[in-house]
Amino acid sequence: MADSKSNQFDRRDFLKGAAAGAAALAATPEPAAAAPTQAQPPAVALPSAQARVAETQPVPLDIQALVEDHPGSDFMVDVLKHLGFEYVAANPGSSFRSLHESIVNYGGNKAPELLTCCHEESSAFMACGYAKVEGKPMAIMAHSTVGLQHASIGVYEAFGAGVPVFIILGNTIDAADRRPGVEWSHSAQDAASMVRDYTKWDDLPISLTHFAESAVRGYKIAMTPPMGPVVLVADSHLQEAGVEEHGPLRMPRLTLARPPAADSGAVAELAKLLVAAENPVLLGGQAIRTPEGMRLLIELAETLQAPVSGGKFPSRHPLRQGGGAIRNADLVVGLDVPDFWGTVNTYLDQHVRRVQSNTRPGVKLVSLTSGDLYLKSNYQNFQRYTEVDMAIAADPEATLPSLLEAVKRLVTPDRQRAFAERGKRIAAASAQALEQARTAATFGWNESPISVPRLTAELWNAIKDHDWANVGGVGGGPLWNIDKHYQTIDGGGVSAEGGDLPTAVGAALAHRKHGRLAVSIQKDGDFMYAPGALWTAAHHRIPFLSVMHNNRCYHQEVMHIQRMANRHQRGITNAGIGNRLDDPNIDFAAMARAMGVHGEGPITNPNDLGPAIRRAVDVVLKGEPALVDVVSQPR
Amino acid sequence: MKGITSFALALAAAFVVATAILAAQNPGAAPAAANAQAAPKGSAENGKKVFSSYGCYECHGYAAQGGGAGPRLAPRPIAFTAFSKYVRLPTGQMPPYTSKVVSDQELADIFAFLSSIPAAPAANTIPILTR
Ligand code: HEC
Repeated sequence: MADSKSNQFDRRDFLKGAAAGAAALAATPEPAAAAPTQAQPPAVALPSAQARVAETQPVPLDIQALVEDHPGSDFMVDVLKHLGFEYVAANPGSSFRSLHESIVNYGGNKAPELLTCCHEESSAFMACGYAKVEGKPMAIMAHSTVGLQHASIGVYEAFGAGVPVFIILGNTIDAADRRPGVEWSHSAQDAASMVRDYTKWDDLPISLTHFAESAVRGYKIAMTPPMGPVVLVADSHLQEAGVEEHGPLRMPRLTLARPPAADSGAVAELAKLLVAAENPVLLGGQAIRTPEGMRLLIELAETLQAPVSGGKFPSRHPLRQGGGAIRNADLVVGLDVPDFWGTVNTYLDQHVRRVQSNTRPGVKLVSLTSGDLYLKSNYQNFQRYTEVDMAIAADPEATLPSLLEAVKRLVTPDRQRAFAERGKRIAAASAQALEQARTAATFGWNESPISVPRLTAELWNAIKDHDWANVGGVGGGPLWNIDKHYQTIDGGGVSAEGGDLPTAVGAALAHRKHGRLAVSIQKDGDFMYAPGALWTAAHHRIPFLSVMHNNRCYHQEVMHIQRMANRHQRGITNAGIGNRLDDPNIDFAAMARAMGVHGEGPITNPNDLGPAIRRAVDVVLKGEPALVDVVSQPR
Repeated sequence: MKGITSFALALAAAFVVATAILAAQNPGAAPAAANAQAAPKGSAENGKKVFSSYGCYECHGYAAQGGGAGPRLAPRPIAFTAFSKYVRLPTGQMPPYTSKVVSDQELADIFAFLSSIPAAPAANTIPILTR
């Protein structure tokens, strides 16, 4: 087949002529391929008379000039299959039309399956949610300039959260190959530059061999801690031209890099500090990715009888502690903590800024993070510089096995007795904290708008007997018994607006094949950025429950404006202007129903909440998404 | 709502603040009757209104129950002198309410509202809270 088509004429020139002269083509069976070139200004050296004759010969309207049985995009699909992508999320765009068609037809729309998204930011956030659960990237396709502009906030979120996302960016690099009009405004000279400040790596392959190598390289880079998003530009010509232009093609082998573990000296030193400390605290941060990681962290905490604050650690484990645990600590070990400085300090947001330390004098701080291995300068999501006593640039999960061994070797019977005493104290404090959380939830229990603890308690009551997973940022704290690594996906990130819903949909998709009941508490303002992700959930039968924490405003901003009004000593009743989402109230249940999703609410009576959630859970258990709109207290 | 991805993080941050507050709150917590004696006379009805319109609810909740952005203020508020001092000159994250924007009478009204809030049900009487 390749031979039959090779070099009978320059296909690209022909197609350009055909596009420009579409009307002529329709009128006459003899296309005048030369006509558009006549309008071009002369080249530096004019072609010879013979060449001109050859070039201006009418090209026979050969079926081969109109079809391509083996476009480059078929090979690109082979590459995506080779890398094991389950899904490609995209809002359709012409710059990747050939790849889109290849996924659907050549690839059979299976592994990867195309997910229809209503906004590129939804695609990007869905990929974040998926990766947070599945531990590997989802591919997304974005349309050159405008698509990537839309996607960019989700890409930034992936970067901030250290989440692998694989972005395929359609673009047309060859100016002579662009259709006039929109394709020019939708093409860029350096398309990936827009997100280069917050992606780990990008490339613009100019051959299919180059594409395959860069795809495999990009995947590996995305998956090496600190993980992050990568961009691969898929040039439209590369997609649409035949594979035969590229000679023999092969698939490069993927070998993922082993995550960087701490060196043995650093491990020994940290183990010594941990065993000697009277009140060590482990900050869980974003360290844990896998069940094994969680098991190791639990074993480390139990060996030391040291409390763990934050991160993926069972919420009702006796060694689980809140942020206050560090007040008494003589050693704080931060495991991939996104904002270590902000954890050990309180920054008072008053007119004259003040900093209060949350730790006692003489405390030793140790950071163990792969974040030290990779930083970019422009976007400031790396947070304030923390003065630590020891900085270990390594992946915590990869370091936990050797750290645990080193700690065990150092524990003497004396220390063990001290640890046991400490463990008893911490367990008592944890039990007390749980009781306090329960008591705190009683205040405002019967209020309308409905209190947030009531909302989370009602949701917990409906899910606790299932294999559940929280796919949202808002969780129930100690009121929920969280004991599996996949039950939460929060942590890190850049507080990107509009990400909660699509992140939840992507995470719920990852949970679907495991049969888990995915639930999320959704925020009204955030939901309104790109609610179309709910339709995507309905369209692809992605079961999950969205409980709307609907305080009818951008409440964080209300508090900011209140702060300013108070500081300026005027207009303290006006903080809602520009921030309220009422008059008219948004009917989220109706929005859900309009997108084919079970919708209930607005629920204003707290006694109606439990039954509404149970009905919605029944819908989700049948494999469909559902939404319950709850008119809630602000926080 | 926007600007917060993780309620858990916000809660953790609030916990740091709240532990400091709890330390201040417990010794100050006096029986409502004693507070009422020390406090100037106020209108609970107007207090409820301004608690909402002046934005106290934003961080403390409409029923002053507390939450992710501020501690519980009722039932059994702290003594009036400590209360009004804190509102005027907060030492933590709370924005100040000077006498230019909230009158002493309005503070008394808010205090009357806080003092009027009834006790909450005990946790063990709410079955779903015990799971
Ligand atoms: C923007 C958020 C915010 C607003 C608005 C706000 N507060 Fe506060 N308030 C806080 C926080 C946070 C604390 C905990 C201490 C701190 O960090 O300042 C607090 C503490 C207090 C305390 C001290 C409680 C104790 O137990 O010591 C009182 C009293 C109080 N607030 C009353 C009010 C009143 C009355 C209003 C309205 C006129 C109000 N607050 C508005 C955030 C707020």
